[in-house]
Amino acid sequence: MNEPRTIEVLLFAGASEAADGADRVIVRSHDHITASELMKQLADQHAALAPLARRSRLAIDQRYVSADHVIPSGAEVALIPPVSGG
Amino acid sequence: MPAQSTTDEDFDSVHVCLTDEPLEPMIAATSSEEPWLAHPDAGAMLWFHGVTRRKTVQGDRVTVTKELSYTAHREMAVKQLKELAHNAVQEFTLHRVVILHRLGVVPIGQASVIVGCSSSHRVASLDAVATIMDRLKKDVPIWKQERFESGDRQWIHPSPTTDDPTTH
Repeated sequence: MNEPRTIEVLLFAGASEAADGADRVIVRSHDHITASELMKQLADQHAALAPLARRSRLAIDQRYVSADHVIPSGAEVALIPPVSGG
Repeated sequence: MPAQSTTDEDFDSVHVCLTDEPLEPMIAATSSEEPWLAHPDAGAMLWFHGVTRRKTVQGDRVTVTKELSYTAHREMAVKQLKELAHNAVQEFTLHRVVILHRLGVVPIGQASVIVGCSSSHRVASLDAVATIMDRLKKDVPIWKQERFESGDRQWIHPSPTTDDPTTH
């Protein structure tokens, strides 16, 4: 049984701008969720983030993760839009 | 070894820093007082400065930039820069690697990024600087916002299918 859970997702740059300047959003989710499932829930629950989220990667505890990576409880979750340093 | 700030670390061969301060004075100071790239076996030392460009021409379209503003996932970016630098030391057999990236507003003509490498022969440093910059632009969580002379502002989120990273 997957228990309900909320996950805080950090936002940066254009993603933060799309969320009216917020540096994070809350996603209503459940235990044992994977990175790809969380990305879908993020886009469903925060429509303004959807276009950029589709092109973004997810970082868990400051590491990029694959789509099937299960998000541990208490982990730092960050939405990383395409980067443009340099 | 001198004490360093939390986003600043020295190993034997690698120096990485994210800072809100101008980079040029840091390089000028280190070149005279504490030469980061110096190594008795180095036959080549190379510095690359990525600076804010005023005019960008893409086909028929010309945009005029007033300034750039950078933001980052700071902790993750520092980790990634360190990993990038250490990997480059191994891959290109470098003696020293320095990667400095500025955050906040960077005016026209000033450096947003400075990469330095030293190696026994020049080809290793030339290749390493190009590779470090390519990987930095692909993976390190730093973002630039273009602030145009027109007053418009735009976060840059390149599309891998339509944007060539070598032109950013």
